[in-house]
Amino acid sequence: MANIELDLPQLDVPQLDVRDGVDRETIETVAAMGAYKYGWATDIEMDYAPKGLSEDIVRLISAKNGEPDWLLDWRLAAYRRWLGMEEPHWAMLTYPKIDYQDQYYYATPRSMAVKPKSLDEVDPKLLATYKKLGIPLKEQALLAGVEAPEGERRVAVDAVFDSVSVGTTFKAELAKAGVIFCSISEAVKEHPDLVRKYLGSVVPPTDNFFATLNSAVFSDGSFVYIPPGTRCPMELSTYFRINAENTGQFERTLIICDRGAYVSYLEGCTAPKRDTHQLHAAVVELVILEDAEVKYSTVQNWYPGDEEGRGGIYNFVTKRADCREARARVMWTQVETGSAITWKYPSCILRGDDSQGEFYSIAIANNAQQADTGTKMIHLGKRTKSRIVSKGISAGRAQNTYRGLVSMHPKATDSRNYTQCDSLLIGDQCGAHTVPYIEVKNTSSRVEHEATTSKVDEDQLFYCRSRGMSEEEAVALVVNGFCREVLQALPMEFAMEAQSLVAISLEGSVG
Amino acid sequence: MLEIKNLHVKLEEEDKQILKGVTLSIGAGEVHAIMGPNGSGKSTLSYVLSGRDGYSVTDGSATLDGADLLAMEPEVRAAQGLFLAFQYPVEIPGVGNMTFLRTALNAQRKTRGEPEISAGDFLKLVREKAKALKIDADMLKRPVNVGFSGGEKKRNEILQMAMLEPKMCILDETDSGLDVDAMKLVSEGVNALRSAGRSFLVITHYQRLLDHIKPDVVHIMAAGRIIKTGGPELALEVENNGYADLLAEVQ
Ligand SMILES: Nc1ncnc2c1ncn2[C@@H]1O[C@H](COP(=O)(O)OP(=O)(O)O)[C@@H](O)[C@H]1O
Ligand SMILES: [Mg+2]
Repeated sequence: MANIELDLPQLDVPQLDVRDGVDRETIETVAAMGAYKYGWATDIEMDYAPKGLSEDIVRLISAKNGEPDWLLDWRLAAYRRWLGMEEPHWAMLTYPKIDYQDQYYYATPRSMAVKPKSLDEVDPKLLATYKKLGIPLKEQALLAGVEAPEGERRVAVDAVFDSVSVGTTFKAELAKAGVIFCSISEAVKEHPDLVRKYLGSVVPPTDNFFATLNSAVFSDGSFVYIPPGTRCPMELSTYFRINAENTGQFERTLIICDRGAYVSYLEGCTAPKRDTHQLHAAVVELVILEDAEVKYSTVQNWYPGDEEGRGGIYNFVTKRADCREARARVMWTQVETGSAITWKYPSCILRGDDSQGEFYSIAIANNAQQADTGTKMIHLGKRTKSRIVSKGISAGRAQNTYRGLVSMHPKATDSRNYTQCDSLLIGDQCGAHTVPYIEVKNTSSRVEHEATTSKVDEDQLFYCRSRGMSEEEAVALVVNGFCREVLQALPMEFAMEAQSLVAISLEGSVG
Repeated sequence: MLEIKNLHVKLEEEDKQILKGVTLSIGAGEVHAIMGPNGSGKSTLSYVLSGRDGYSVTDGSATLDGADLLAMEPEVRAAQGLFLAFQYPVEIPGVGNMTFLRTALNAQRKTRGEPEISAGDFLKLVREKAKALKIDADMLKRPVNVGFSGGEKKRNEILQMAMLEPKMCILDETDSGLDVDAMKLVSEGVNALRSAGRSFLVITHYQRLLDHIKPDVVHIMAAGRIIKTGGPELALEVENNGYADLLAEVQ
């Protein structure tokens, strides 16, 4: 293997006629934007566990992480249970059968065999990878080329590369505030009591096919603990990169926000262009105690596959927040632009009285992408409130489904939900579907649901173009307007990134 | 500046001829007005010039400073200095008026190979232009044309024109639906932009607007043709006698 970073074949820039007043460079820049920006791979020596899934593989992953027996047993119990489970097929998704034996469950850069003690010791090639992705692993920088609005604004990063966490920034500074931010494999060693108490307490290992699989084979992920009364001094983030071929990524994130604490957490993900599908089955658990608040924002930009639907990530993810005590609050914001298949329903269990859950989502499906995504709001406590704002955009031949459950338990008296679900269609070969499930088991609670479906209007596009915008800019502007409420819910850096991502994801969807 | 020769246009979808040989020549710095009954093809002319889909040009030509307008994409026409103030400005939900203006301005600059305007310079410019049109900060923030009154929409069109500084401005019934005060604001906005290098084509039903924006030339359009061309007095004639006499004259 050559020790250099390789760019995979670039998108062919089609020969376009140069019209008056437009130079070739402009055209090429615009055309190149259509390429998935993160589709290159890092050429690095890897160690793989043998292909396929077995009890031995589960043991091997556990041993690699130097885990205690209780965790190995926990994994094995999940694995055995998984063997008897069936892959769910209720979602509006069609894809060929996944062969769970035909992929790797553990892949790690050889240079990570001995875990580096600090970021300075991390393989320069890995550092270069994150640099190229725009993810700073230096402790002064910001996310992806964004200027700080005022003064400095820092984001701590946990960088996960295939099956392992490469490093976590700002750990020392966060520790001063009492905040624990590290990889979950490290947390198992350093904070076993916390992990043991909370792991699987929101998404039990028996939860569903993919969560059970994850429980058996999760290799790494992020761990966060915010102590009582603490406002986390900076935003925390995890950046997931799948690099190895034929390898699944199974990471697990556990965030515990103790009484009266607050944290804003960001998650980003990318993968190289490959013409085979790759599985990503993550679990995210949020435990939110009395008066605490978590904001969890995701910009999901996994490789979506090509126009014909070759390649791309199969994203089967279980994310759930447990507002375990009174007045706990959670806000999920997601921008889903990538993946060939998205199966994802970040949920809120509103257990504490007066607790609150919010879900803001933009799901874009272009070309042959399929997204089946939404949320579950489970109201258990009294006077609990939830709000759902979902914006689905379909283009090309894509299918986009919003699937949401709002459930009001008999004891969840005087509770409220408001759901707004808007779909936007670009072209006439795509589909948008809305599947709301509503169960109200008491008489004092109220559920409101609004849904709209619209098309990108020719008059809007012409209006924009007559003011000088290209057709693609016009589409991006109109679509960003459609998504505005959700973009506004994102932290600033993410909002800007998401906005340009919306434009890029819809490249080639008109004309 | 703008040369239209023998322009024939039909609808793409159905076999309906709308423009039947329009010829028009507007020199730099001139203001021309087009008047004519409803359905005579005035809006169609403005749409075809700015490049809207749905029409096919079956004969004739249109050039802007010698360049073939009809061969350009709409955005290129805009970057070359053509501007249409719409008869019915379009609403774009969720897109702030300012964002829209800035995106448009920078898009034109990019097409012309100019650098983007800085956020500070843009703000200064937009505030200054908005003030003259009595457009307040709130209206600049609101989504483009959404919930705007008729008068606000038309003023907003003029604001866009003032920001983009086109050389050939087409105003399609910018006066319809305006009260006296709004009409004055809009006319002042237009007059402030008049210069030796900038030309206007003002489409209107009413002499009223032409009291404020004094045209050099007035054309009467009917059934897809320009049936008469004259000075400002032609507009007065129409105002007093209607189109009937003119139409009869031609027949
Ligand atoms: N897209 C269209 N579909 C059908 N008829 C159209 C269309 N556009 C214009 N027309 C017809 O063309 C004629 C000219 O319309 P228009 O240019 O709007 O006239 P004006 O602006 O002078 O009132 C009218 O008869 C109108 O109904
Ligand atoms: Mg008209």
